[in-house]
Amino acid sequence: MKVEAKPEVQSGPVQKTGADLLVESLIKQEVDTIFGYPGGAVLPIYDALYKARESFDHVLARHEQGAIHAAEGYARVSGKPGVVIATSGPGATNLITGITDAMMDSLPLVIFTGQVARTVIGTDAFQEADVIGITTPITKHNYQVQNIEDLPRIVKEAFHIATTGRKGPVVVDIPKDISASPYNAVDTEADFHLPGYQPTTKPNPLQVKKLAEALKKAKKPVLLAGAGVLHGKATENLKQFAERHKLPVTTTLLGLGSFPGDHPQALGMAGMHGTYAANMALYECDLLINIGSRFDDRLTGNLKHFAPKAHVAHIDIDPAEIGKNVETHIPIVADSKEALNQLLVQATESPTIEEWQQKLEFYKAEYPLWYNRPEKAMTAQWLIETIYKESNGEAIVTTDVGQHQMWAAQYYTFAKPDRWVTSGGLGTMGFGFPAAIGAQIAKPNDIVIAIVGDGGFQMTLQELSLLQEKKIPVKVIIVNNEALGMVRQWQEKFYDERYSQSILNIQPDFVKLAESYEIKGLKIESQEELQQLLPELLASDEPVLLDCRVLQEENVYPMIAPGKGLHEMIGVKR
Amino acid sequence: MKRIITATVQDRSGVLNRITGLFQKRQFNIDSISVGQTETEGLSRMTFVVEVEDSQKLEQLMKQLNKQIDVLKVSDITDKAIVARELALIKVVSNGQVRSEIQGMIEPFRASVIDVSKESLTVQVTGKTDKIEALIDLLRPYGIKELARTGLTAFLRGHQPQVAEFNSYTQVK
Repeated sequence: MKVEAKPEVQSGPVQKTGADLLVESLIKQEVDTIFGYPGGAVLPIYDALYKARESFDHVLARHEQGAIHAAEGYARVSGKPGVVIATSGPGATNLITGITDAMMDSLPLVIFTGQVARTVIGTDAFQEADVIGITTPITKHNYQVQNIEDLPRIVKEAFHIATTGRKGPVVVDIPKDISASPYNAVDTEADFHLPGYQPTTKPNPLQVKKLAEALKKAKKPVLLAGAGVLHGKATENLKQFAERHKLPVTTTLLGLGSFPGDHPQALGMAGMHGTYAANMALYECDLLINIGSRFDDRLTGNLKHFAPKAHVAHIDIDPAEIGKNVETHIPIVADSKEALNQLLVQATESPTIEEWQQKLEFYKAEYPLWYNRPEKAMTAQWLIETIYKESNGEAIVTTDVGQHQMWAAQYYTFAKPDRWVTSGGLGTMGFGFPAAIGAQIAKPNDIVIAIVGDGGFQMTLQELSLLQEKKIPVKVIIVNNEALGMVRQWQEKFYDERYSQSILNIQPDFVKLAESYEIKGLKIESQEELQQLLPELLASDEPVLLDCRVLQEENVYPMIAPGKGLHEMIGVKR
Repeated sequence: MKRIITATVQDRSGVLNRITGLFQKRQFNIDSISVGQTETEGLSRMTFVVEVEDSQKLEQLMKQLNKQIDVLKVSDITDKAIVARELALIKVVSNGQVRSEIQGMIEPFRASVIDVSKESLTVQVTGKTDKIEALIDLLRPYGIKELARTGLTAFLRGHQPQVAEFNSYTQVK
């Protein structure tokens, strides 16, 4: 039997509850999209949302993890905070992966979790979990609401903290009795007061001057652009700065698109699976200007060999990132855009670097990315290159983690900013598909492609429901090699080909699976098939799932083996 | 190296947990920690004694503490002119014969006996860490039945002399 949602019957004046207060606060924050999943402890909130259903688009994921990854995709692409609601206990704990992911990649999220009533908190009540204790190490900040009067202030603070400085997730835990109780005269205009939180956005002019001086004298400078450039919406400023001095630019995985990948000065991505030119530039440089990257170990390789001869300048909005991994000579705490604008004013003299440019040009030409090109069968690299061509580089691409992610990073050139949504810091399988849903909700008119592995997709594929229900035209492309590819690759290289639990012998029929959700599904086995179908599929405003069968034994190259330095890449074409 | 670090924090539930969690997550080893209210309502002061490997780790610790939303101010006061005190309660095995011997021994430390029973007496002592340790060493041969220490609490002296005028606080090695 189908339960129809009942129209609301008003019988006399109903006193407003904490949940209504929350909803009002969300409207004040201009929230229009909520990703969530209802449950016992958030019933009052969902009732209040029902009353205010005109104000919100609620995205009902089929698992809380799907909801929060979708919110991450939404936040990354829209620049607005992603709002998530989940119930207490299991609802909240199902969010943990997404919260950690957002923390690692500095994505602004505001997460509301239900909590059992205050009277039973601490008694191991039904569906109770210590959400504050669990989320303290994985949030920028968190709150448990103890008084209904505090709710408007806490919501304001939560949105402020999530979206300013270094962005990140903020959890607000709301006991059920708070959301269910009526309230009297609450000052909803109450302003927040955060004396311990004053992010620095403007750079210290003296430090900028130091950098300008260092740049003038440099013989081998290189710019390293991270996600901070994208978060600070500073891509134009970066381009202007790089072009003025003709500086070579490399990006991190999350910084892809911060500088046009097809620009003549672009060296491509650096790091474990970066280009030879980018990694050698980092190894040989005498001045490294890092803008908004946190020197992750997947970027630096063995720190002993990271930029060993370089004077290091580090621009970051989070002072704690400066000097954390790499010794920094010129620290600049600032928003990327403010810093670059200052640099554009102060750094007027260009260095003389023709020799360096020629050397890097030589690296680029002599040691490009490469892959095997069988005649008919598809390789993942070819697949992604073809998607790039067919989508004119315009599509928003989301991925999980693993081989397909690295290939997408290598072969979807990312000439434009904010086209790339991936789980960098945490490396979360199951991220890509729900993130694509969130990205598509944020940008309904763009082509959104979820490039996922057969392994990761099976972690969150239940969100296929949303494509049909919400008319979301996401194109799901499964790079299917019937294996946990990156695990398989490491086992091949470093564990003597002992493929322990990395070969997925049993697969669902992905086409039938798509069809069961009333979505078009296609299995593609050759280059020809893909070339025939792809243009039409990308142009269509319907969702589609492509089960693309690629060669299993392909590896991601070049690579830096664990413990090795940037100059010790293997699998470089010579 | 051992450092004395103070932090002024908002007096909110979970703050101590947040701070100790940070130490744990970032692999810092806390020697002692003491917390209490300050002169300002709603603000608490924490004093940590922490073992850090080098100045780079120390800088990272200070920055991470500063990053916490509830933390208003963080200072490393190790090398400043400071007042630092710890309280220890020491229950020592004693009978009538040694009682006066112990009394005499603790007197120069300005420690006092605050509880006596047939088999033991309890000494209270306040002071710098090395003074307390010296007293404990003296009392150890008698047999220490129980020992409780509060951890160091400290702040800056009213007057900060110029660098040349004083030797840095050496009780913290």
